Parts: sequence; structure tokens; C-alpha cells
Amino acid sequence: MQTTVAVTPTSPGVEDKRQPCLLSVTGISKSFPGVVALDDVSFQLRRGTVHALMGENGAGKSTLMKILAGIYQPDAGEIHLDGVSAQFKTPLDALMQGVGMIHQELNLMPSMTVAENIWIGREPRNRFGIVDHPRMNRLSRDLLTELKINLDPEMEVRHLSIASRQMVEIAKAVSYRSRVLIMDEPTSALTERESAQLFEIIDELRTQGIGIVYISHKMHEIFEISDEISVFRDGKYIGTHAAAATSRDEIIRMMVGRDISTLFPKENVPTNDILFSVRDLALRGVFSGVSFDLRAGEILGLAGLIGSGRSNVAETIFGVTPATSGEIRIREQRVDLRSPRDAIANGMAFLTEDRKQSGCFLALDILENIQIAALRNQFVKAGFVQNKAIAAACSEMSRTLRVKSSGIHTTVENLSGGNQQKVLIGRWLLTKPRILILDEPTRGIDVAAKAEIHALVSALASTGAGVILISSEMPEVIGMSDRIMVMHEGKITGVLDRDEATQVKIMELASK
Amino acid sequence: MGKDTIAAIIPEYRGDFGGWRKPQELNIFLVLVGIVLLCEMCGWLLTGQSFVWNPQRLTITILQVSVVGIIAIGVTQVIITGGIDLSSGSVVAASAMMAAGFAQSAEWSKALYPSLTNLPAIVPIAVGVLIGLVAGITNGVFVAYARIPPFIATLGMMVSARGISKWYTKGQPISGLTEQFTAIGSAAWPVLVFVAVAIIFHVALRYTRYGKYTYAIGANVQAARVSGIDVERHLVKVYAIAGMLAGLAGIVTAARAQTAQSGMGYMYELDAIAAAVIGGTSLAGGVGRIGGTVIGVVILGVMSSGFTFLRVDAYYQEIVKGLIIVTAVTIDVYRNRQKRS
Repeated sequence: MQTTVAVTPTSPGVEDKRQPCLLSVTGISKSFPGVVALDDVSFQLRRGTVHALMGENGAGKSTLMKILAGIYQPDAGEIHLDGVSAQFKTPLDALMQGVGMIHQELNLMPSMTVAENIWIGREPRNRFGIVDHPRMNRLSRDLLTELKINLDPEMEVRHLSIASRQMVEIAKAVSYRSRVLIMDEPTSALTERESAQLFEIIDELRTQGIGIVYISHKMHEIFEISDEISVFRDGKYIGTHAAAATSRDEIIRMMVGRDISTLFPKENVPTNDILFSVRDLALRGVFSGVSFDLRAGEILGLAGLIGSGRSNVAETIFGVTPATSGEIRIREQRVDLRSPRDAIANGMAFLTEDRKQSGCFLALDILENIQIAALRNQFVKAGFVQNKAIAAACSEMSRTLRVKSSGIHTTVENLSGGNQQKVLIGRWLLTKPRILILDEPTRGIDVAAKAEIHALVSALASTGAGVILISSEMPEVIGMSDRIMVMHEGKITGVLDRDEATQVKIMELASK
Repeated sequence: MGKDTIAAIIPEYRGDFGGWRKPQELNIFLVLVGIVLLCEMCGWLLTGQSFVWNPQRLTITILQVSVVGIIAIGVTQVIITGGIDLSSGSVVAASAMMAAGFAQSAEWSKALYPSLTNLPAIVPIAVGVLIGLVAGITNGVFVAYARIPPFIATLGMMVSARGISKWYTKGQPISGLTEQFTAIGSAAWPVLVFVAVAIIFHVALRYTRYGKYTYAIGANVQAARVSGIDVERHLVKVYAIAGMLAGLAGIVTAARAQTAQSGMGYMYELDAIAAAVIGGTSLAGGVGRIGGTVIGVVILGVMSSGFTFLRVDAYYQEIVKGLIIVTAVTIDVYRNRQKRS
């Protein structure tokens, strides 16, 4: 075996038994029309370890994963599984050989039970050839117990939380006797507590000798969970480090090829007038008694677990789901926001949590995505859109935000997540908003784009805009916000100032 | 941004909206040319005649194309929003019947409304358009506000509008129409109406807010709503326009036939949908162009007239037509898939 890369042993004290590599990839290349996605990439996964792959969007880690999972075929290079040369022609082929993948978007059938989902396509049958449900449920129960997953195999998947669905996917992959599990951003939709639960299960898998390829943009969890970290940049393999022997800054430097000094550049802005205030706002059955003020130039963080009602408050303020009671004032003036139109007319903007669901027009191009909320006043005369003016404005916007594309006629579907997010931010900036609600603005985005978005949000606030920032990422909320409002079960449980906010305090309020 | 950066981006501006980009309709237009050439070749080989250089056949083809074309332009817009309109053929009949009722001449002894004969043509035209508009608004309200799937809402309208056309005269045709009215269906008028409608809605889709909103709703309803579009009201507008155009097609049909019958426009809705889809409109919404639909309609028209010219059995015609529609869409789906991966 030609290890071109010196892998630092996890614990130098213990002598390296040179465990044979579970999965070894050598010299993999893959090109798509016009792009070299992977260029002579190699890496090794050892038995019973978690190996994190890091890189910006477009670094090639998704392509590598898809090759390992049998979705793409490499143009060149070799894969060895347990020392034996292997080829994965289809995802099922990979699965049968012991390589399972948990996709970011889960692929379960909501109206079927947990057990049915696990055994789909190979259901245990009785002698009449009919699916043997009792046996299937028993098998599932054994499997789930073995993995220490607490789920009822007879429950329909649609009743489960995203976290639980992920557990089902893991159990399903394990049921194929997988030796390698690939996880693509498994925690992107999980709360802190659910993530902790997932990590326990990953630990369990590790002790069973399964090798895990783990992809995430969340730096802190990479260090919490992984044994080794490999970094990719622009389709090339950069290097591998033992997690214990490296630092966050070093990894970031490897990822972007330069130093990123500040991730959370929020500056203190002197207190200004109240821009936006909410009193006793309620949406029946969802949240109630929500009151707060937002000052000009302020970033107000809104923290809380998923399901605490933070996104619902945002939707209500913006008129997507109008409030059932309470009042909203903008610059002391009482306003009635019955629809997003009303909110936009009052200088508000709302970057929604789910880019694909309620953000992007994937089939349309950058221009059409950016212009849509601004099609009023100066850009429309007698119903006719001033195409030249708006194309120039959108071009300018997309350049200012550094959207990486071949021009404003690029279809948004072909952009990376970070660039899609920039396009959506551009859509709102074009409306010249004074009050911005940003719901998870950096979810699933690489470090460099994240830093750019943070800088942008700060810059906006310093021009006197008010920002409400919702995020599940604690460091982001704490780093960016002037004040942090915490919600739990539809109520505000506390407001913390920038100086007093810590992860512990926020968690206490969020789970009160 | 400094002056240098602005200067540096000027070439990019040109690339963005000044330069010549390959029209998206080019491929489908080449298919049309291919079909025409094929018919022409077969014509010389089999019958020794030219397919294209026959003024009479050309006129008939163009006239046939016009009526379906007017409907297809409305249907295209509905499909762009992610919906479907199955009612247009039946609305053609309803509009034709009601309009003809107000277009009868005094010399006709069995006039439907004996006291309302010899009215100026504007009256039946207004009636026909109004009927279409009412049908369209009804469709739109059910789809947008009652949130009934467009397929079902317009299926209901398709059945009911056909029923109304039969009930109106208990199945009797309405004849003896004034010359002023039938003039709309003669000479180049149907073609002119079609071309005018095509141009109006081509411009509306590409250059107005109405158009931008139509595409946005089809591409992602939720995102459209959050972006401040009144989705419900806009959908009603789009369905209303589709209904109105079907009404207009009904007027042209009755005027051309110089009579109105409850069976008019039978299955036109399917030709209209097929034309839109052949022309590149995606049933998933968000994608489609009037230019493509116009070419799609012409392809369907040329095909049926070509088959008749080559004396292909009418039964085979339908079989082949179905195959061609499915082939066109298959190619399109395949091409899209390639583009994405």
C-alpha cells in the first residue's frame, strides 16, 4: 500500500498497530463538462474511526462521496475495500458491498413505518410469499436496540422528527451490514440536543468497527466527533491531520488557502431610535406574548431550539401567517401586516430558513431571482419592467455580493448553496430594506461564504438597518448579535446582552 | 465601486443583454422545418406535387392552426404557473353558442332571440369574450382560493361548459349569422387575431410584471408569496386570460363555420396542451415561451395537413400524433436531465 500521505497517529503514545485500511482511495479523478471536480485524490479511512472531509462548497468532497456511494463513476483511480479492489456501479451495488450513505436530504417514505422503510426491497416473507410484518418488526426492534436507538418500528415515518428520521436512515444502512457509512451534513437540520444524540450513536458505530466518512461545515462538531480530518480544495486533496493534533485555524487555512481573521465581525453601534417594536404578538396555538424592540443599527439574535416558535414569529412579523393578536409598530406608527406585500411595502425583508422550499426559483436565472421582490416603483413603468435598468442593478448586486457564476443568466439551480444564498440576500437588498429578518442565513454554507455574509450583515446594520438574526449555530448568534432573545415553546424566556451571553446561558433559557 | 471596476465590467454587460444569444426556440423550429421538408420530399416522390406551394392547402392549414393557437397561448400561461387548463375546448363551444345567439340575422326565420337580431358584431363578440372570462375566473377562483387541484377544477369546467353549450339550444345548432359577424372568420382575420394575441402575450410574459410574476409562481409558489406576490389574485388573472382567449377562439370558430354547434372545439384543449409542451413549456411550471407554443401549434397543423396530403389514413394520423407528442417531451426531459447533471 503506497501511503503518500503521512497520517499522524491519533494517539502517539499507543503504538500504531497499522490497522489495515478499511477503505482506501487512490488517484481518483472525475471531470464534468467544463469542470475538473476531482484531480488525483487519495485518502484512507481506518476501521472504527470517524474521518471528516472538509472543504468549501465546490471543493470536491460531494463528488468524492458520490463516487464512494456508487452514484458517479470515477474517470481514473482505484478504490480498495478491506484491501480488496472494489467497484461501485450503482448505489445499491455500493450498499451491498458495505458502503452506505446518509444523504443530506433524507430519502424515506413518509407514509410507511420505520420497519418498512428499513427493509424496503428485501422484506422478510412468510412461506406464502407475503410480507411477514411481525418478523420484520422484530428484526427492526433488535437492530434499533443494538444501535441504542429508541424508536418504535411500527411508527409511520411522517410522525417522526428529522433527527429520528436520520436514525432510521442510519439503522437502514447498518442493516445492510455496512462497513463504511458516509454522512453528508447530518446535523444541518438538528438541534444541539439532537446532534448530541446522533454523536452517541456515531460513537456506538465506531466501537462496532464501522468506519465513518463525515461531512459537515460546523467546525466545532468536527473536532468533537472526528478522529482524522482531510481537507480538499478546488478538487485537490490538501492534507490529513489527526483531529487531536490540529486546530480550527489550521483547518480553515487549509480549506481556503488563506487566513480568515474574523468570522463574526459585528461592531458595537451606538444605540439608536427604536425602529420596530412588537407588543403581545400571538399566533393562536403556536406562540404568544411576544414583545420586543429592535433599534436602528442593532442585530437582535433570536435563539431557541427548532420548534420553539422562532421561525413562526419571523413568519408572522412578515405577514406570511398574520398574527391573531398583538400589535406591531414601525417608527412608532402602528402597521397592519396581513401579507408579505404589506411587509415589503413597509421596508421589511425576510430571508427564509429553507432556501429550496421558500427561497430560490431554481429553474430561473440569477436575474429573475434577484429582481422579483423589487418589481415595483422605480423598476416598473405602467406594468412594463424596465429590463435594462433592473438587469444592470442585478448585475451590480451579484458582483457586489461576489456571486460566483458565468453571468446573471446562469440558472440558480447550478449554483452552490452559498451562492444561492447570496442571490437571495441580493433579492432583498435590492428592495432597500430597513428591517431585515434573517432565518438561518448561513446554514449549509462554506466558511468563506459564511464570513462574507457575516461581514455583509454587519455592514448593513452599521448603515442603520435593524436585523433580526435567527440561527441554530450558537457561536453565530453570540458572535453577531447585540442582544439575544431566547424562545422556548412559543414564549420568550429571556433576553441576554452581548456581554452576558454564553452558550450555557442560552441553552438554559432555550430548554427552560 | 471605483471607475476602473465599472469600466472593467462593460464587456460583461454586453454579454449579459446586448449580444446575440441562441433563441431557445431554435431547436423546435428546426424540427418544424424538418417536418415540412419531409412532407415536401414525400410529396414529390409519391404524388409528384409540391406540399408547400399550394395556396389552398396553405390557407386551410393556417386557418386551422389559428383557432387552436389562440387557445394554446392562454393554456401556455396557465401551464407556466404550474397549472393546467382542460376546459378550453368546451369553453370554445360555450362561447360560440352564446355569441352566435346574438349574431343572428333578421332574415333567419328561427332566430333564438327574434327581437335581438341584426345586432352590430360587437355585441356577440363581447358576449363570447365575457363567457370565456366568466369561465376562466371561475377556474381561477377554484384553483387559487378553494385550492382545488387545477386538473380537477378545469375538468369540472370542461364537463359543465360542454353541458351548457348543449343545454343552451337543446342541442340545436345556431345558424343564420349576420355577415358582419361571419366576416371575422373569413379571409385572414383568424390569422391576424392569432398573431396579435401571440405578440401581445409574448410581450406581456417577457417585459411586464405580469409575466415575471407568472414565471415566479410556477417556479416556486412559496418563494413567490414570500417575495410579496399576491399569488391568489395573480392566478385568477392568468386563468381569466386563458378563459378569455378560449372565448375569443369560440367567436372565431363560429364566424368561420357561419354556424355554432355544441360539439365545437372538441378536444382542442388537448391540442393546445400538446402544442405548448412540444414548444418547450414544462408541466412542472416556471418554464415556457409563447414563441415555442406558436411553433408547436404550427407543427401540429402541418402534421395533420401533411398526412391528409399524403393520403395517410385518419386512424394512423392520430396514432402517429400521439407518438410525436410523447417523443417531443421525452427528448426535452432527456435534454434537461443532461443539462443538470
